[in-house]
Order: sequence, then C-alpha cells, then structure tokens
Amino acid sequence: MDRRIYGIETEFGITHSVSQGHSLGADETARRLFAPVLAWGRASNVFLPNGGRLYLDVGSHPEYASAETASLEDVVAQDVAGELIVDDLRQQLQQELDQVGTGGTVHLFKNNVDSAGNSYGSHENYMISRRTEYARLVQVLIPFLVTRQILVGAGRVHPNGPAEFGGLTLGDGSHGPSYSFSQRADHIWEGSSSATTRSRPMINTRDEPHADAEHFRRLHVINGDSSMSQTTTALKMGTTDLMLRMIEAGKILPDRMLADPAAALRIISHDLTGRALVELASGEKMSAVDLQHEYLQAVTHFVDRHGAHHDRVDWVLELWERGLRAVAEQRFDLVDTELDWAIKKKLLDSYAAAHGMDYANPRLLQLDFAYHDTSPTHGLFRMLSRRGAVASFISDDAARAAVTQPPATRASLRGKFIQAVLDAGENYTVDWVHLKLNGSQNQRTVMCKDPFATSQPDADELIAEVQAMSGR
Amino acid sequence: MAQERIFGQGSRREEETDLPDNGTPAPSQGAGQAQRDTQGTDDLLAEIDGVLETNAEAFVKGFVQKGGQ
Repeated sequence: MDRRIYGIETEFGITHSVSQGHSLGADETARRLFAPVLAWGRASNVFLPNGGRLYLDVGSHPEYASAETASLEDVVAQDVAGELIVDDLRQQLQQELDQVGTGGTVHLFKNNVDSAGNSYGSHENYMISRRTEYARLVQVLIPFLVTRQILVGAGRVHPNGPAEFGGLTLGDGSHGPSYSFSQRADHIWEGSSSATTRSRPMINTRDEPHADAEHFRRLHVINGDSSMSQTTTALKMGTTDLMLRMIEAGKILPDRMLADPAAALRIISHDLTGRALVELASGEKMSAVDLQHEYLQAVTHFVDRHGAHHDRVDWVLELWERGLRAVAEQRFDLVDTELDWAIKKKLLDSYAAAHGMDYANPRLLQLDFAYHDTSPTHGLFRMLSRRGAVASFISDDAARAAVTQPPATRASLRGKFIQAVLDAGENYTVDWVHLKLNGSQNQRTVMCKDPFATSQPDADELIAEVQAMSGR
Repeated sequence: MAQERIFGQGSRREEETDLPDNGTPAPSQGAGQAQRDTQGTDDLLAEIDGVLETNAEAFVKGFVQKGGQ
C-alpha cells in the first residue's frame, strides 16, 4: 500500500526520588500524576483533542497512544506531543509536591526497563492490507524486526554484563559491564518452538483493525524500543513501512526465518560489532549487518522500480545505509546525532572518560535512565537537544502544535468532536472508530471506518451541531 | 512561550531551562581530562552533574516499576 496509517503507543516509567525520607512509590506517584486527567475527563482513560489517547496502564504506567497518522512527520509530531503532554502533568505534580512540602523529584522516563529488569513497551501499529497473506508477511518481517535494533535500538547499560539466556554466550562472554543496542531485546521471552508461536514475541497477532475489517488489518509490533530521537523514530517507522510496502507488493525475498528469534534478539543486541552470526531455520548463519544490508538492497531496488511513495523515502534510505555503515565500520560517529543508541553511548562514554568510570558504576546506569527523562531540565536527551547536539525531524512549532491539533486523518474528526463537546459541556463517549454524543436532548453515534478520511458527511454534521450548541 | 495546557488550570509554565546555579565542582582531574574535546563537553558534563541526584546508587535502586502491557 502506498498510503498507510501509523501510530505509536508509549508506556512511561515513573519514579519519585527523595534524598531522604519517604518516596511516594510508583503507584502513588502515577495516581497523583493523573489527578488533573481525572478532573478533566472523569476517567483515567481519555481521548484527547489531538486525537490521541492517554491512560493509566496496568502497573501504573502512564501510557500515551498517538492518534492515527499518515506521514512520518505526523507520527513523529504526535509521538513528541505525547512526551510534552505527560511532562506537563509531571510539572504540575512537581509544583504540588513542592508547595505542600513533600519535595523530592518526580521523573518520567520514555524508556523500556527499570533497574529491577521490569520491562514496558513501545508498540508500533501499521495498517496493512487484508489481501496480503498474513503468515507470509510475518515470516518475512520477523528477521527484519530482530535485526533492526542495530539502527533503531535505544541503547542500554548493563552493569553486570548481559543477563543469562539459555547458556548462550552473549557479548564478549566476559560477564563484564557492557552496553547493548536495545532496551527490549532481553525481555522478549515467548517461545520459538513451533512455527505458529514464532511470530508472537515480536508481533501481537490480535486482529483489531479499528477500520474496515474487510480491507485492512492492523499489524501490532511490540518488540521495539521507545525512541527519544525524532530521527530514530522516523527511521524506525520509515524502514518498517518500506518493508511492508515491498511485502504487500508481492516481492519474493529469500527465506531468512530465524532458528530462534528470542536468542537472535539477545545475541545481536549485545554485539556492538554487528558481526555476530545468528542461525537461520535453513541452517545458514548470517550477521545482523548482513541481513540488514540484504533488506536495504531489496528495498532500494524496489523503490528504483516502483518509485518513492512519499517525499522522505530518500531520507530514510540514506540514514538506513549510513546506520549500517556506522556499525559495519565501527564508526559510531557517523550517526551519533541521529540514532539513540549512538547518541546515548557517546554521552555516557565521554562522562565515563572524564570521571574515570566504567559501565559498572551506578552513575552510568543513572545517566542511562536520565537520557530518557522527559523533563527539559533533567532529561539528558532534552539537554542535548537544547544545545543543538542532536538532529531533529520536525520543527519545535510542529511538535507543540501536535499537543492540541490532530493530524490530517480520521483523528481530525475525533479531535474536533471532542473539542466541540467539551466547549458545549455535553457528555460524550469516543473510541478509535466511534463518536458518540450522549446529550440530554440529542443522542447520536457516528461510525468512522475510514482512518484516512478527514471529512465524512454524518460526522461533519454532528460536529457542526455540537459546535452550534456552544455558539461557536 | 506558553503552551496551551490540556489538563489543569492555566497555561503551561515552561520550566526554567537556565543552567542551575549549582557550583558543581569540575569533574575529577587526571588522565580523562586531557582527552575531552573542547566543544562544550566540559560544560555539558557539569550541567549533568548539576541536575542529577547525587546518590546514583539510591536513585537507581529506587526506580522500580511493575511490568507494563
């Protein structure tokens, strides 16, 4: 498909740190963080005027699901908007704690693992064509998803080296402190013993299209890392979209099914050379760099023949190629302003060198967490961004606008409807597909099945009616 | 610049983004110092030390969640 809907769901880590005395704990901190949301929407699970959704997830994680978007710029903008929205809640809670004398510091982290090894996700959604054979799509995509971490991983410090996994030798085998490409790779556990379960670790197979089920389904990718860097987000979504486009077009690709995807994820994550070999189901062995080169070549060839389907395709291909070269040639400086794992590693390494530390020092793990902190003052990525030390993909204005403005998809109908009912003081219920007015005089439900449609007669009429109620 | 606030009262107040006035001592002397580049790295590292909790071990141990999803 040349047009695709994308979205990203992000779970944030949360902590209240105190230099002495009593910490609120993650549950209490998250509950208090959501007090303004509860006051606003009478629920801790709300859809927003920008079309996205904010909720308190299992395990007290604030979670933000971006609105459905149709361009790389919009998915990046909506993703950054989510950070700004939850960080605004953090700032409000911090002020409150300072005022009542509780003190301490509230931190929100857009990362995927805490210090005890609990993991929480970043989930990507891609609309795919119902016509494509799902099993084939998954089979081709899994080895891509396993190996793409050498480009779009968020990087992670391991003070005690890689965790044990089934007797595998990970990293250099020394069990010394180390750094890996990915946050999530060590936390994808599900088995790979049969062909049917092989897909589960990376892709959740539940079929909730949130669209016309006859034509579309939703691919729910759950093995990715949350990205701080806008360019990393754009590369993550842009490469995966290109792979899907090529698979949907029916291009025949070599069978690269992995013998053990969970083992391959870990081997690749802990090998910064990109050269470690992983076993394919065929018995062959290939490295992450080799597999990714093969995908890049196939996609480049496909684009040469069929043309670019959006105006950032060349950008995606260029960064894809350079990212692989950075790993293959061990020249991390080629991407250390654009790819999270490299940006973070550069920062940590210069700190470690200046202080004579290694990755075993708790300060380095603290810096790892701080890189993902959403605060403009405490967040290390935000600090680098303010100093112009990292690349961006969209303007600051575009990111700020996305806090309140929905993207040009079905989300614009939802966003306009929510804003209108709020202004009119009416009751409403919405989900990804339905807009429902629960007015005292007027009860109506409109169904929006086309996620691309920014206009739909019955929805436009409903919105206009509600706008008229508040005299707007 | 104030940004429209969705939840809560009033418009959003941008947090101070000036360097905190923290008098953080320069990082340790020795071999590492000579290797650092001159493109603001010292300044960046000092800013980091100025905002992070001083007890790294306690901070790290304190950041524990239940699993998500």
